[in-house]
Amino acid sequence: MMKNIGIIIELDNGKIKETNFGMITLARAKDTELFAVVMDADAASVKEDLELFGITKIVEVCLSKDQQANPVVRAKVIINVIKAYNICAVFGLSTATGKDLLPRIAAFLEASLVMDCYAVDLEQNLVKTSQYSGKTIATIKVTGDVLVFGVRPNAVEPVKAQASARIVKLKLDESNLVAKGFRVIKTSEVDESTNINLVEADVIIAGGRGMKNGDNFTILSKCAEKLNAAVGASRVAVDAGWVPYSMQVGQTGEKVSPMVYIACGISGSVQHFAGMKTSGMVIAINTDGNASIMSNCDYYVKADALEIIPELIKHLEND
Amino acid sequence: MQIYICVKHVPDSAANITIVEKNRIDENLTFLLNPYDEHAVTEAVRIKDNLPDSEIVAVCLGKDDAEKTLRSAMAMGADRGLLIASDKNHDSIETAQALKAAIEQDGNPGLIFTGKESIDAEGMQTMFRIGALLDLPVATNVVNLDIEAGRAVVDCALSGGTANTYELSLPCVIGAGRGLNTPRYPTFPDVVKSKKKPVKKIAFYDLKIEPSKAGMKIVELEPLLQKREPKEIKGDAGEVAKKILRILKDEARVI
Repeated sequence: MMKNIGIIIELDNGKIKETNFGMITLARAKDTELFAVVMDADAASVKEDLELFGITKIVEVCLSKDQQANPVVRAKVIINVIKAYNICAVFGLSTATGKDLLPRIAAFLEASLVMDCYAVDLEQNLVKTSQYSGKTIATIKVTGDVLVFGVRPNAVEPVKAQASARIVKLKLDESNLVAKGFRVIKTSEVDESTNINLVEADVIIAGGRGMKNGDNFTILSKCAEKLNAAVGASRVAVDAGWVPYSMQVGQTGEKVSPMVYIACGISGSVQHFAGMKTSGMVIAINTDGNASIMSNCDYYVKADALEIIPELIKHLEND
Repeated sequence: MQIYICVKHVPDSAANITIVEKNRIDENLTFLLNPYDEHAVTEAVRIKDNLPDSEIVAVCLGKDDAEKTLRSAMAMGADRGLLIASDKNHDSIETAQALKAAIEQDGNPGLIFTGKESIDAEGMQTMFRIGALLDLPVATNVVNLDIEAGRAVVDCALSGGTANTYELSLPCVIGAGRGLNTPRYPTFPDVVKSKKKPVKKIAFYDLKIEPSKAGMKIVELEPLLQKREPKEIKGDAGEVAKKILRILKDEARVI
C-alpha cells in the first residue's frame, strides 16, 4: 500500500537549506509518496530543488509573519497537513528549530518520536539514533498511527531522484491554530552570511584549552571564514567564558556531524567525543601527543594550533 | 507557588557502557542527576529566593536507587522528593504520563521544570508531552527565565548564540538549557540536610497509566565503534599547513 510521507522543509531567508536534501533522501522508500511542507516561502520558488530529490507533492501553507514565528502554530499546521493528506510519517531536521517543533507535533498527537536519527526503515518501523553520549547506537521500534522523525543534519548523503511535483495549497481553519498561553515576543534573525550554523556546517574548526584565551578564537573565526566553516568550542573554552555556550560541541552542547572537524588544542574527553564522533574526518592539532584525541582521529599534528592555524590562513589566502 | 522538577537518574557520562541482553546496558555503574536537571533545580531555587512561600518538589521515575538522584536534587535545594518506582525502563510517552499523574496527585503545579534532554536516551521530548497532557504551554532549551505577573518570559537558545523570546502563561513547562544559570553545587551541610528531607515513594503501577497506541521500544543497542587510524602530519608550521590544505582539498573535498 502506498504510504504518504510528510517532510518539513527548513528554509533560511527564503532559501532552501542544503541539509533538507539528505533528509528527503532518507525519507524516500518503496511505495511512498513524498509531501514536502513549505511554511516560509512560495512553493514555486523551491519546486525545482525539491523535484530533483523526488518530492511529488508540495503543500504550500500561507501563514502571517506572526504565525510563522510561533512554533506552537507551526506544529498545529503540520497536524492539519497530516490529517488532510493522510500522512503516516513526518520527517523534520533535528536542528534548533526542529527541536522546538517536532516534539510539539508528537506530543499533541501522542505519536512516537525519535530525534537526531540517521537511519529509518519504514517497512519495519525501525529507526537508528545514538544514545549514552554517542557511546551506543540504538535501534528503536516505533509504533502508532503517525511516526515522527527528527533527522540529524548532514547524517545522510543527498542522492538525486528526479520527479515532477504538484503544488497543493492547504486552506487552514484559523481556529485550529490557536497557541494557548504561548506568545512570541521576539525572534532573532540569524545572518547566515557571517554566521554559519554549527550543526549544519560541512566543516567545523573548534578550539579548546589550547586556545589559551577568548581573543585567540578570532584566529579560528578568520580561518573558518576562508574555509566556509563554523567555529566550535570545547566545554573548557565555554566554561572559561572565552566563547558563548552556543558554540559548545559535546555531551552538553551541540551534536555535530560535519565532513571535517578540526580540533585545535582540544584534548578529546569522552564528553567532547559525544558531540563530534560522527564527523567524517577528524584533524587534531595539539601540543600534547598523549591527548586522547590524538589516538582517535584521522590526522594529527603535534604542534601548537596557534602556530599552525595562522599558516593555514596564509595558504588559504594564497590559494 | 509549587515548583515541580522532573529529574532523571542517568549513567555518568564518563562511564564505560556495557551492553547486556542485546538491548539494555549493564546498570552496575555510577548514576547521577542528569546535568541539565541541575540547571532546572538551580533555577527553581532562584525563583524560590524571590517567592519564599514556594515549595520545590523533585519528581523522578526510576528504579529504587534513583532515590540517590532525588537526594542530589534536594541537596541542591529541592524541599522534598517523589519517587515513581518502576523496575522497567519506560519510553517518553509513558514517562510523561507517569510524571503528570504523580504531579497531579501530589499538588498544584505553578511551574514544571525538566532538563532540555537526558544525556542517556537523548529523547528531547518529555517536557512537551507533559505540557500536552496537562494542556500547558511549553518552552525548551530555556537560557533565561523571568517570572512576572502571572507569566513567564523566556529566551530559548538557537544556534549561533541567538535566542527567541516567548511569553508563556502560568503554569507552564520549562526545559532548562545549559546557559540558564551556573549550577549551585551543594555544600557538605546541604548534603547532610538533604538526607532528612522526605521522599515519598509511589509505585508506577498504582498510577494506572493507560497504555498508549504509540511507543518507542529499544530493540537493539550496539557499541559505536571508532575505526579511525590516526596518521601524523609532520613538518614545520608552513609544511603542516600546506599538507592540511591538500587533505582538505583532495581527500575531504571540502574546498
